Parts: sequence; C-alpha cells; structure tokens
Amino acid sequence: MLAQNDPIIRLKGVSKFFGAACAVDNVSLDVMHGEFFALVGPSGCGKTTLLRMLAGFETPDTGNLFIDGRDMTGVGANRRPVNLVFQSYAIFPHMSVAENVGYGLKIAGLARDEIMARTAEVLRLVKLTGQEKKHPGQLSGGQRQRVVLARALVMRPAVLLLDEPLSALDAKLREAMQLELVHLQKTVGITFLIVTHDQSEALSMANRIAVMHEGAVRQVASPGELYEAPNCRFVADFIGKINLFEGVATMHQKDRVRINTALLGEVELTGTAQGAVTLAVRPEKIRISSERQTQLNIIQVRGKITDIAYYGGYSNVFIDIGAVQPLMADITNAGRNDMSTVAAGDSVYCSWRATDTLLLLD
Amino acid sequence: MNIIKKIFVQSPSGPLDYHRRWPLRAILICILIFMYAPIFTLIAFSFNDSKRNIVWHGFTLKYYEKAFANAELMLAFGNSLAIALFSTLISIVLGSLAAYTLWRFRFPGKAAYEGAMALPIVIPEICMGVAMMAFITRVGWPQNMPWPLNLGAITIAHIAFCFPFAAIVIRARLQSFNRELAESAHDLGASEFQVFRDIILAHMRPGIVAGGLLSFTLSLDDFVITFFTSGPNSVTFPVKIYSMVRFSVTPEVNAASTVLIILTIALTAIALRLQYRSQMTEQVK
Repeated sequence: MLAQNDPIIRLKGVSKFFGAACAVDNVSLDVMHGEFFALVGPSGCGKTTLLRMLAGFETPDTGNLFIDGRDMTGVGANRRPVNLVFQSYAIFPHMSVAENVGYGLKIAGLARDEIMARTAEVLRLVKLTGQEKKHPGQLSGGQRQRVVLARALVMRPAVLLLDEPLSALDAKLREAMQLELVHLQKTVGITFLIVTHDQSEALSMANRIAVMHEGAVRQVASPGELYEAPNCRFVADFIGKINLFEGVATMHQKDRVRINTALLGEVELTGTAQGAVTLAVRPEKIRISSERQTQLNIIQVRGKITDIAYYGGYSNVFIDIGAVQPLMADITNAGRNDMSTVAAGDSVYCSWRATDTLLLLD
Repeated sequence: MNIIKKIFVQSPSGPLDYHRRWPLRAILICILIFMYAPIFTLIAFSFNDSKRNIVWHGFTLKYYEKAFANAELMLAFGNSLAIALFSTLISIVLGSLAAYTLWRFRFPGKAAYEGAMALPIVIPEICMGVAMMAFITRVGWPQNMPWPLNLGAITIAHIAFCFPFAAIVIRARLQSFNRELAESAHDLGASEFQVFRDIILAHMRPGIVAGGLLSFTLSLDDFVITFFTSGPNSVTFPVKIYSMVRFSVTPEVNAASTVLIILTIALTAIALRLQYRSQMTEQVK
C-alpha cells in the first residue's frame, strides 16, 4: 500500500507523435492519491491523447508512465488498474443495466453472488437502485451517465479516468452532475482524473488542474491559484475572462517595476520584469463609476460603454477605451434596480487596485 | 373532445407531405399492382380446377395433393432446402470472418482482396455456372454419393456466390459500430477474443441474420449456376420446375411455387421480427 502523499500517477517525459504532429510534448506530471485532478485545454491540445495513454489505448513514443508505482510500459488496457468513462458513454446496448455494470466482474471471473452484491452496492451509490433490469434505450442521458460511472467504479480502480463525461448533458443536468461527481469522489475516495475543455467545469470540481496547450502542460495549480495567479498569458486567457494590456517593463527599484503601456500610461507594480510584458486584470476586479476615483494605488482609465451583456446575476459591460478590444468589466446585480445605473453610451471611469493587476511575462 | 378530434380529424397536409395527396397515392397503387399482380395470379390459379392455366373453372386443392404426392418434386424441394441451409450456414461464417477481417485489420493487398471478394456478385451468372461446371469436372468431384453428399458440388457453387453478399451486409453493419464500445470492454478487462464474443458479435447479429436470409433466398431460387452443377440425381426445385414447365404449365407447378413463396415470406417475417426486437433493445448509440 502506498502512502497517502505518493503519486498515484506519474508521467515522466511522455511524448506522443501522430506522424509529424506532436500530440503530447514531453509531459511530466504527478497526480496524488485521492485527488480530483482535471486536465483542461482547448480542443487538440493533447489532453485526450494523454488520457488514452494512461488507459492503455495509445503507447507513448518516449517517456514512461507509472500508475500506483508500477511502470505501465507493455501493460495492456485490460490489465491496468484504471478504468475509463468514455465521452460517448459506450454503454453496451444489448445488455441490461445490471449486466453492463457486472460485465467487468464477470470477465474477472468472480462468483455470481459477489457480482450481484457489488453491482447492487455501486448502483446504490449512483442512485440507480431499482433500474437493474432496464435496457439502455429506456434510460435518460443522466441515467446512462450513471450506468457507465457505476460500471467503472465497480472495478475499484486505482484511478478513474473521465473523458469529457458531462459534455452530452444539458446545462442544468450538467451542473447537478458536477456536484454529484464531487460527492461521489469523496465517498469512494478513488482518484479521479477528468479531461474537459470546459474551464469552469474544471474550476468548480477539481482540487488541482493542469492546463495544456499544444501538447505541453503550461501550469499545474489549484483552481484559485490558476485563476488569480496564472503563470502565462495563455493560462490567464484560457481560464475565465480577462483584459490584457501590452507594455514595456523597466526595473525601478528592487522589487518594483515600471510598465509603460499605451492605454494605461505608466503603471508601477511589485515584481521583477524587463522588456515586453502583458498586464492583465479580471473583469470583476474593475469598478465602474461616473466620477474620477481618488484613492492611491489604483489604476484608472476613462471610456465609453458600448455594450452591456445581461446574465441575470451579473452583467458584462464592454467599455471602449481606445483599444481594439473593449475593456470588460462585471457589475453584480445585487439589487433589483441596479441595472438602471449604467447604460450604453455613458462615459465612465474604470478603476482597479494595482494589486489586482497581473504581470505576465509571456 | 380533443382526443376524438385527434383520431378522426386529419390535420391539413403540410407542404412536404406528398404521400398524403392523391397523385403519389395513385402512383403507389399502380406500382404495387404491377409488382404483385403476377404473384397473386400464380397463387389464385394454383387453386384452379382445370388442367390449363388460362380459364377459371372453380376451386380445388387437388393440385396441392398432386404436388405433395409427386415424389420427384418433393425430393427436389428437399434438395433445395438442404442446399440452401448448408450454404447459408457456411456463407455466414465465411462472410462474418471476411467482414470482420476487412473491418478490423489493415494488411497489404486489402483493397485487392476486397475487390476480388465482390467479383462473384458482378460476374454474369452464366459465366459463373460454366466456370463451376468446368471446375467440378476438372477436379473430378464424385458424382454418385448418397444423399446429402450428392449435393456437395451444388452447395460449393452456392457458397461461392452467396458468401460475398453475406460479407457485404455484415461489413455494412460493422461500419456503424462505435469503437468505444470495444475499447470500453477492453478497459474493463476483456481480452481481444472476449471483446469480439461479447460486444462485436452482438452488434453484428442483425447483419448476420440479414446476410443469412439473403444467402438462403439466393440459394433457394438460383437456377443458372445450379443448372450447370446439378447431376441427374441432384435436381433442385427450380431446375425441376423448369423441366416440368417444358412439358406443360399445370396448376401443379403453381401449387409448388405457392408453397415456396409462403415459405420465403414466413422466413422473411421471422428474420424481420428478430431484427426489430434486437433494434428495440438497442435504441442507444
């Protein structure tokens, strides 16, 4: 038995090529015991290939991968201590719910009684008790999702791999299933590794997230760290909404850097940088006001509201500040009449604390 | 009230509901008459109480009695069924294997193999018949063997032209297989063989049934190839009918044909029902 702080999955310099195209580029990554880990990235970033290599459906061209401390080189998909939940569900259409869930145990050669007991137990866990005899055609999308979850969990894998498991569900059901997956993971204590292109899904579910881009892992961090302290322009832009400003940095004092930007003028921040940099600020950090703000250590820019996108709980305001991209600022609709305070065409001041500004080096 | 309206009052036909307007219905009825009138005539005149097949003289079942009492005809009928059964069984096994191989694997000469396999479908039957006769004579296939071994030559010829049809139907069915199903089973611990047995074969089944049915009917009513490969003591039903018609078209021939038609329809109905049932249980991708 491994200690709690040993990695259950360890990737060491794993690369995978499809012809000349590099799908996964020298990835090294540790996933810890009991984590809910998410791999996110735009489509084609290599996240699914990485998952399929872990499941054993693709072979890495270079590097090694270890699951539960064992090198998986040459171990077939049917002999690995992991199970995969497919995007298409891949529910066996000619088998009932109970037969689907019990299939892996039957292959493993378990006795009928034990198969029945473990199937019943896992079906209770995913709230499908009483549906054992139904055929997949009689189930809703959410129920099918539960069947394939149960079918994988009943094998008691060291890691459960999930490939875009919620992408086929409608928005309301997806949110409910996100929460349920988190609870399920806590209950069974199995490490979950989920692949998703939906960054908000990853933020809301995972303990740790790896952001992938063009085959490489760009940042591995907790959701909060990823959102508030992205390490590069790509991650900042991919996770959530953000305003970006190009600038040139010069060192001013020890730990203080001056950035000259076309739109914001000269900005002074804590940090070290030299040359071309990007300043970034999240829309919800920006305050909109009709008068000029006078506090110290704020960054302020004047502009004209061009559009307001209303989302109910909050509104996304677009402000023309003379750049190609309008500035995005969120206002919370905390009161029922808050919407009437801003309107398209208004001239406003947008301000935020200097400490809320991110300094991105690439 | 609403329910009554729904049942008895038709909603107005939409712009694309051509099938609910009279011109298309008239064409449809004409087509059905054109297709099925000869068959219904054949069946009707099998009950005709007359030696000739032209004028209606009254209802009788005596030609059925006569047909069933005709030992030669019954032997030919039995021969045809036996040949159809054996060649169907072997065709679906060969067809399944060929279809699976072509679907699952990539190997040198695959395209050529696929093309060669489809050749018996496009080669004119008469050429196939002559070729089969030449082949059977050349290898000196034994002629005077006890039943059912005397049907060996015909069965071999039938398998040769039936199995490509079965392979094509099964291959088409495999095309709709979601490969993630196989991967999923593999992921749950199944070996390559177990994946084939438990998952892929289940998906192939409707194709196997359809391919088998196609083979069976093709074999049952084949005349040209059979004519060249049948010997004096291995006559099949179509060949026997042909020889009977050469003397005169009696209602006995009609009666025998009607039995064959009913048998074919019954088999088709069973196969369709099987296929429908398997589709009902897999309304999911």
